[in-house]
Amino acid sequence: MKVKAISRSTDEFTRERSQDLQRVFRNFDPSIRPQEKAVEYVRALNAAKLDKIFARPFVGAMDGHIDSVSCMAKNPNHLKGIFSGSMDGDIRLWDIASRRTIRQFPGHQGAVRGLTASTDGHILVSCGTDCSIRLWNVPVATFVESDDSTVDPTKPVAVYVWKNAFWAVDHQRDGELFATAGAQVDIWNHNRSHPLNSFEWGADTVISVRFNPGEPNLLASSANDRSITLYDLRMASPVRKMIMMTKTNSICWNPMEPMNFTSANEDCNCYSYDARKLNEAKCVHKDHVSAVMDIDYSPTGREFVTGSYDRTVRIFPYNGGHSREIYHTKRMQRVFCVKFSCDASYVISGSDDTNLRLWKANASEQLGVVLSREQKKHEYHEAIKKRYKHLPEVKRILRHRHLPKPIYTALNRRRTMIEAEKRREEKRKAHSAPGSISTKPLRKRRIIKEVE
Amino acid sequence: MGVKQENGTLIKPSTEEETPNELDLKVKKYLRGDGANLEVLQDKKLKGQLAVREGLYKQSANAAAKAEKWLMPSEGGYLEAEGIEKTWRIKQESIAREVDILSSRNQYDIILPELGPYTLDFTSSGRYMALAGRKGHIGIVDVKQMNLIREFQVRETVRDVVFLHNELFFAAAQKKYPYIYNRDGTELHCLKEHGAVLRLQFLKNHFLLASINKFGHLHYQDITMGSMVGNFRTGLGRTDVMQVNPFNGVVALGHSGGRVTMWKPTSSSPLVSMLCHHGPVSALAFHSNGHLMATAGKEKKIKLWDLRKFEVLQTLPGHANTLDFSQKGLLACGTGSFVQVLGDFSATQNYSRYMTHSMVKGYQIKELVFRPYEDVLGIGHSMGWSSILIPGSGEPNFDSWVANPFETSKQRREKEVRSLLDKLPPETIMLDPRKIGTVHSAKKKEKATKQEREAEMENAVEAVKGINLKNKTKGRNKPTKKLKKKQEIIAKAKRPYLDQQMKEEEEIAKKKQKVSQEVELPKSLQRFSNKKAAS
Repeated sequence: MKVKAISRSTDEFTRERSQDLQRVFRNFDPSIRPQEKAVEYVRALNAAKLDKIFARPFVGAMDGHIDSVSCMAKNPNHLKGIFSGSMDGDIRLWDIASRRTIRQFPGHQGAVRGLTASTDGHILVSCGTDCSIRLWNVPVATFVESDDSTVDPTKPVAVYVWKNAFWAVDHQRDGELFATAGAQVDIWNHNRSHPLNSFEWGADTVISVRFNPGEPNLLASSANDRSITLYDLRMASPVRKMIMMTKTNSICWNPMEPMNFTSANEDCNCYSYDARKLNEAKCVHKDHVSAVMDIDYSPTGREFVTGSYDRTVRIFPYNGGHSREIYHTKRMQRVFCVKFSCDASYVISGSDDTNLRLWKANASEQLGVVLSREQKKHEYHEAIKKRYKHLPEVKRILRHRHLPKPIYTALNRRRTMIEAEKRREEKRKAHSAPGSISTKPLRKRRIIKEVE
Repeated sequence: MGVKQENGTLIKPSTEEETPNELDLKVKKYLRGDGANLEVLQDKKLKGQLAVREGLYKQSANAAAKAEKWLMPSEGGYLEAEGIEKTWRIKQESIAREVDILSSRNQYDIILPELGPYTLDFTSSGRYMALAGRKGHIGIVDVKQMNLIREFQVRETVRDVVFLHNELFFAAAQKKYPYIYNRDGTELHCLKEHGAVLRLQFLKNHFLLASINKFGHLHYQDITMGSMVGNFRTGLGRTDVMQVNPFNGVVALGHSGGRVTMWKPTSSSPLVSMLCHHGPVSALAFHSNGHLMATAGKEKKIKLWDLRKFEVLQTLPGHANTLDFSQKGLLACGTGSFVQVLGDFSATQNYSRYMTHSMVKGYQIKELVFRPYEDVLGIGHSMGWSSILIPGSGEPNFDSWVANPFETSKQRREKEVRSLLDKLPPETIMLDPRKIGTVHSAKKKEKATKQEREAEMENAVEAVKGINLKNKTKGRNKPTKKLKKKQEIIAKAKRPYLDQQMKEEEEIAKKKQKVSQEVELPKSLQRFSNKKAAS
C-alpha cells in the first residue's frame, strides 16, 4: 500500500518573520472559482462606475492675461513650459506644474496672432496684427531668475516688420526656418529680416499654417477662401490646393503618420485627410455644435484635441467619428486655442475669458506616483471595461457625458436638421428616375474641388 | 493530479512519463472552451482583432498550464493498492500508520453522546468548522489548530448550521426561526420571515442565505442588505434535502415524491423539475464542475445525473442519508454507521468503490462533508463527530485570493471588502452561467414575405418547365395532348403554394371578421352575431 495525504506545515506556508511580506500562492484552476464570468462582469460594471466617480478632468485655471487668449505654443524642449499670447499683445510663459506665470514678454502693439518655439526651445517666435514678427529668447532655467545681463528679457532678440498683418506662425521641426501666414505664406529665417520665400495662390488671406513634423519641408495652410493648400519648400510654387464648402480654421499634422492631417472646420466638423489623396476625407469627426477653432494632435498620434466656439473642448480618436470626451465648465467661454501637452497626459485650452485651463487627457486617470500594483489594477480595469463595453449596462455608463444645456439642445437641433436633410434627400431620390441622383458620402460632400 | 487507477495499479502523476499531451490537457482546461470560429466572419478587421485576442487567450492558457506543472507547491494525495490488496479494504488505522504525523492528526472521533446527532459545515478555506447538535449544542472549531473557538447551548432544536461569507458569522436553523450568530456566540439576527427552517444554504458569490422551511417555502435573503430576495412556495411538501450547485448558484430541492426541483431567486416556478426516483429523495450533491449531480432515493438507489442532458449516467444500488462531492470529485455516501467513498478513476464518469469506513455500530451518520483543500472527510453522527482521511479528495493547492487556510485577520478583512465589491446580483443565477456577457442568438427566421413566396413558386414552375416529356406511342403523342400535359404539370407544381396562400388568406379574413364583429357591431346587432363574439 502506498498512501499520501495532503499535509501543509504552517511554517512553509506563512512568513518567517513579521517584517516579511505575506506569502501568496496562486492556483489558476477555473474550478475553484465558480461563476467567474458573472464576477468579471460585475467587476467591469464597477470599474465603469468608478471611472465615472474619478472623472475629474479639470486640474486648474491659469489666469493673468487681461484679454482673451488667442494662441499658444508648446516648448518642445521643456515639458512644463507653455507660451500664450493674448489679444492685447501680451505674451506669457507659464509653468504648468505650478500653474504660474514665469516670464512675461512685452509682446506686440496689437493682438498676438501666432506663437511658436524652435525645436531646441531657445527661441520663441511671435507674430501679430501689428505687421511684425518678434523673436524672443526663452529663459532656459525657468525656476531661477536669470542673472546674466547679456540678454535683456524685456527686449526681443529681433523684430522684423513686414507689409501685412500676420495670422499664424509655425516653426520648422529641426530646422532654422519658420513660416508665417498673412496675405501670403512667407518662409523666414531666424537671422534675416526679409522672408526667404513667399507662396501665393489666390488673393485671400491665409489664416493658419503648419509644418509637417515628419517631413520638414512640407507645410499646409488654410485660407479665408475655404481652401487648404499644401506647399513643398523645395519647389517654387504651392503643390496642391483643395477647396471645401466652409472655411478651415486650423490644421494639424498627425505626428505618427506624416501623410495624414486633420483640419478643424467652420462647419462644426473635423476632417482627416491623406495629403496624397485630397478628393476624399479619411474620416469625418462630428460632435461639436459650433465652429471648431483649433486642433492639436497628441504626440502619440492616436487622438487629438479640439477647441470650439461652442465653449467646449473635445478629444477625438484619430480614426473615430465621435469624440471620446467632452470638457466644459461654466466659466469657460469660446475656446480659441488648444494644445496637447508633450507627454500626452494633459490638455491645455485658452479661451475668451482670458484664462488658460489645464485638463487631464484621460479624465479619470490617477495623478501622482502610481505604484506598480495600482498600475496593474488600472490595467485590469481597462481590460475588463474593454471586454464588456458592448453590454448595454456598461455601455450606458461609459458613454454618458453630462452636457451643458445649450450644447444639449444645440446637438438635438443639429441632429434633427441633419435627419430632415437626409430624409428630404431620400425622398427626392425615390421620386426621381433611378440613377439620376447620386448621394455623395459625407467624406466627399463638403469638398468642392481639388486644384493641382 | 489526483488518483488514477487501472485494475488496482496506479499511475502517479508528475513523473518522467508526463507527455506533452498532459500539458495540452491542462491548456485545454485553462482555455475554458473552444475559441471563436473565425472562418465564417466576413469583416476582415474584426477577424484580425479576434485572431489577436484568441492568440492572447492561448498564450495565457499556456502560461497558466506551465505554472500549474512547475510551480505548484504541493502535490495531491493518493492511495495505491499493491498486489491483491483492494483500496476499499484498507482501514483507517493502516492509513494512519503510513501517513505523516500532521495528516494522522486529522483522524479522530469526538464523542458527545448527549446532544447529537451533529451537522457540520466548513468555511470555504476549510480552516474552520461549525457544528450543531440536534439538542441545541452549537460550536465553532479551528480544525487546523484543533482549537475550540466557541461553544454554547441554545436549549432548543437546532436542525442545521452554515457559515456565512467568513468564519465570523454563521446561521443556525433552530426550532422556530433561523438565527445569525457571530463567532463569539452573540445572537445578531433572528430571521423570523423564514419560519421553522429545516435546511440552510449560503450562496457565497451572491451573499444569499437560502432556506427551506417546514411548509416547503423556499426563502432567499440577501445578508448584506437584509432584503428578502425571493420567497417561493414549492408546493411539493416538506423536505430537508437542499443543496446549492456551486457552479451556477442554482438551489436544488429533493422532494418526497422523488422529484428534484431547481430554483433561482428571480422566478417563482422551478427552472427544472425532474423525476429522479420512485420514492422520496433522501440526499443530493453536486460536483463542483456543475455537470454532475448525485441523488439518493429511499428505494435503495443512488443515481448520477448529467446536468447538461438531464440524463442518468449511472445507477448504483444502496441507501444514502447524505451525499457529498469532494473538490477532486470523489463522492461520499453515508448510511447508518457506514461510509462509502466512490471515485471516478477511468475519467468516463463511471463511479466505482474507492474507500469504505465503518463507524462503531449504532452510530447514526447525519452528515458527511469533505473538508476543502484537505484529504479529510468530516462525519457528523449521533454520538458526536469524526474525521477520517480520504487521500486524493482535496485540492492540494489553494489560491490565496480565493480561499486561504492560513489567512490572517487583516487578509480576511481585505477579502471581505473585495468580495462585497464583487457581490453578484441575484439575476446572475441561471442554469448556464457562461451565458453572461454573450450575444443573444439570432431569432428564428420569420415567415417568408409575399415576394419571396412568389419567387419560390416561380422557381418551382421554371424547374418543371424544363422537363422534356417522353415520346408516347402513336396517337397519344399529339401536340394538343402534350400541351395539356405540360399545363397540368405546371399547375401541379403551383398547387401547394397556392393552397398555402389561400389558407393564409382565409385565416386573415377570419381574423378580420372576428375583429370587426368585436369592434364594429352596434349594440342592437350584437345579438345576431355568434355567441362567442357577443360574450
